[in-house]
Amino acid sequence: MEKKKVVMDAEGIERSLTRMAHEILERNKGTDNLIIIGIRKGGVSLGERLCEKISAIEGTEVMSGSLDITLHRDDVLTTGKRPPIGKTYIPFPLDHKKVVLVDDVLFTGRTIRAAMDALMDFGRPERIQLAVLIDRGHRELPIRADFIGGTLPSSLWENISVNMTDDRSMDEVVIEEG
Amino acid sequence: MTQGLITRARICAGGRSTPARRVEDTMSLSRKDMLGIRDLSREEIVLILDTAESFKEISDRTIKKVPTLRGKTVITLFFEASTRTRTSFEIAAKRLSADTINISASASSVVKGETLIDTARNLESMHPDIIVIRHSAAGAAHILAGLLEQSIINAGDGAHEHPTQALLDMLTIREKKGKIEGLRVAIVGDIAHSRVARSNIYGLTKMGAQVVVCGPAMMIPRDIERMGVTVRRTMNDAIRDADVVMMLRMQLERQQENLFPSLREYAQQFSLNRDNIKRAKDDVIVMHPGPINRGVEITPEIADGPHSVILEQVTNGVAVRMALLYLLSGGSK
Amino acid sequence: MKLLLKGGRVIDPSQGVDAVADILIEDGKISRIEQGISPSKPQSKDVPRVIDLKGKIVAPGLIDMHTHLREPGFEYKETILTGSEAAVAGGFTTIACMANTDPVNDNRSVTEFILKQARLASMAHVYPIAAISKGQNGKVLTEFGDLKSAGAVAFSDDGNPVVDSGLMRHALEYAYSFDMPVISHCEDPGLSAGGLMHEGFVSTQLGLPGIPAIAEEIMVARDIDLARFTGTRVHISHVSTAGSVRAVREAKSGGVDVTAETAPHYFTLTDEALRGFSTNCKMYPPLRGADDVQAIKEGLSDGTIDAIASDHAPHSSVEKDVEFAYAANGIIGMETSLSLSLKLVHDGILTMPQLIETMSTNPARILKVPKGSLKPGSDADITVIDPDAKWTVDTGVFRSKSRNCPFHGWNLVGKAVMTIVDGEIKYTVPGVKA
Repeated sequence: MEKKKVVMDAEGIERSLTRMAHEILERNKGTDNLIIIGIRKGGVSLGERLCEKISAIEGTEVMSGSLDITLHRDDVLTTGKRPPIGKTYIPFPLDHKKVVLVDDVLFTGRTIRAAMDALMDFGRPERIQLAVLIDRGHRELPIRADFIGGTLPSSLWENISVNMTDDRSMDEVVIEEG
Repeated sequence: MTQGLITRARICAGGRSTPARRVEDTMSLSRKDMLGIRDLSREEIVLILDTAESFKEISDRTIKKVPTLRGKTVITLFFEASTRTRTSFEIAAKRLSADTINISASASSVVKGETLIDTARNLESMHPDIIVIRHSAAGAAHILAGLLEQSIINAGDGAHEHPTQALLDMLTIREKKGKIEGLRVAIVGDIAHSRVARSNIYGLTKMGAQVVVCGPAMMIPRDIERMGVTVRRTMNDAIRDADVVMMLRMQLERQQENLFPSLREYAQQFSLNRDNIKRAKDDVIVMHPGPINRGVEITPEIADGPHSVILEQVTNGVAVRMALLYLLSGGSK
Repeated sequence: MKLLLKGGRVIDPSQGVDAVADILIEDGKISRIEQGISPSKPQSKDVPRVIDLKGKIVAPGLIDMHTHLREPGFEYKETILTGSEAAVAGGFTTIACMANTDPVNDNRSVTEFILKQARLASMAHVYPIAAISKGQNGKVLTEFGDLKSAGAVAFSDDGNPVVDSGLMRHALEYAYSFDMPVISHCEDPGLSAGGLMHEGFVSTQLGLPGIPAIAEEIMVARDIDLARFTGTRVHISHVSTAGSVRAVREAKSGGVDVTAETAPHYFTLTDEALRGFSTNCKMYPPLRGADDVQAIKEGLSDGTIDAIASDHAPHSSVEKDVEFAYAANGIIGMETSLSLSLKLVHDGILTMPQLIETMSTNPARILKVPKGSLKPGSDADITVIDPDAKWTVDTGVFRSKSRNCPFHGWNLVGKAVMTIVDGEIKYTVPGVKA
């Protein structure tokens, strides 16, 4: 791992998440029929943080779930390797719900495409919105985020990782040469 | 033996066609075919069971489908009658969005007409992706595996192995008991002619269970202790303190030699009933590969009672088969 | 034609000879064995062709007393022609062929047909073994006297056991009265029924029904007792188990006139070879366990087992490229028998003279044929062996029509490099000056 640079530290992440929580509430006019669904693995803890913040702001619990998109990936069979399949937890039908998909980094857009495909099997949402902490460009599909923590232009040779841990003071977004 | 398993922590380079995910643990079964439990390492078994668990959730959804094997073709080639296993494979494949084709060839038509090898070559020309074969002759799956490029899954070859059954049995045990290691498992019935027994013996011993086998003396194969099991001659001895009791179907079709005097005698000596089940642990689970001969190897009240996990086995069967189809499909091997 | 074989190590147990010597062959007979025979003698009109056999072993023509030539009836697997070509390629100058043809060799016409085909093939000598019972069905004896005069050298229902002990008793008595050997295929069908391989740990692991050792041993014991009781003799074919070896050994030391043979695969392979479900390892009796292999070697070493015979059993792809349970029993053997047996010499289990006894001297004695000897005046049937020749088994070039052989690709040491029948060279390996 060479040349690692921290582009957003724990405080920066906190502030972005707070802003995004407000934006989500504003756009959806509250928490009615709102569901926050985190995409495994990177989006799950972010989704949980957003839920916390939204609940704190509105004073009500907001529904949440998690989605593993491994089986919907467009490259799932092209290599011999199989990423382990994580849990999908969507315990209620999505008909008429406003879904906010949450992921850590928006890049080519293929993960989101897979996530939307997967979601469709759980019902017919009223709308699907996308919240990401970092948008790093280089889209390969016509996908865009509704709520963005930060935009980070990057080159294809670079890796961007969002490291969220139990000790929130250690949260960080780093960029490194791949 | 890590030959079958590749574990690698991979940092996504953020290249063109892979979504940027962080360090991923990826595992795969580095094998083309699933012919028997004897070839598998403990790690491979755990991988399959873990993957199967992930697939269970899909069968609980309203839309029980994922697109993973879309466009792939799975052929089930059954030379022995079996609605249960074949249906399970078919459901598993369809839930993964694969296309399935079921071919029932009677073994006698093969002897009189087309050979197994010709049948297999004809199938190959239809470009399937996976072939699931059940046959009454041990080694039939091996013939196909050596001949064809496709992945071959053994759904039972003679009295040799039935790996998917053992895997679903182990999944069920692990689910109900939290572990397999250290459990006392009794397998009862016609051990000599049972591929379910053989595969389970291989799997359970690899996973650290203590396996006891029991059945009529002429149905206990020679030197079976060398497979790491203990032999007990009576039901009472066999199921004492058992955590798991696995009752085998009394195989009437595979016994050419009329080994046993009558089903009545068998039921008297070797069936599991409300009286002898007390010798097992209080939380014993009762398993059976199906189809059950009610009143022969197992009484109706046990089959339908609180200890029975027979129906869970069926559910797990679909999950295990989905896991195998997923793990064996596509990609560089 | 005159042949002068110079400088080979001549080993002839029938004369107690083991020395470097020359052999002069004239008019299809062995004329002289001496040291330093000079090619030109003042009286002789024609000069013999000289063959330099320095470093080679010169043995009385090898005899394979247990082969299946499949003609009449199964010519797609083998014919008497291809079988006798395979024989000479394996170093055999004489072979005996079993009666389980179609029609069965249970009458004069089939025996005469076989002899005629062998004459036309003009390769190895072929001696027909006639059936013990009509159709080999174990019920009624065949015409022993008529068959003997037709040219049969022994009686056997090989392929099938003679289950009825009463019939076997009568067969032993009646054959003895003609001074004809009876060769017994020892198998208790009740114990072997349904079995596909040796019953043991490997069959337990593979889920294949087993053929227990006692299926053979019970019948070996029976035949020995019958021979003892009737005061006759019996020859046990394809011995495969330690128990059988023990029984034969005890019977011999008790004075019973019993002889025994084994096949090379029973001292070369064990039941472990079946783990891949290869049908080229499926035969009856089946490949046994390591202890049995050890006992077979000891039996050969101490003379309990008198002969090595290949049990050459050709089958085509139709019979063998199928599921293990459906595959026919049997493997070919004539073209690998000598080389596999030479390994016993390389491993110190047999001396070279002992090996030649098991592959020439004793088969001749058991079949009561005037072969297996280099005594001057004998037919010039000679096998030249290079005990150090390295070669790799390639069934693709076998003379046999069939390819069901588990030794394809094996690297072996030792080979027959020249086979001479009635003074004519029927086979040479390239590299040997002929």
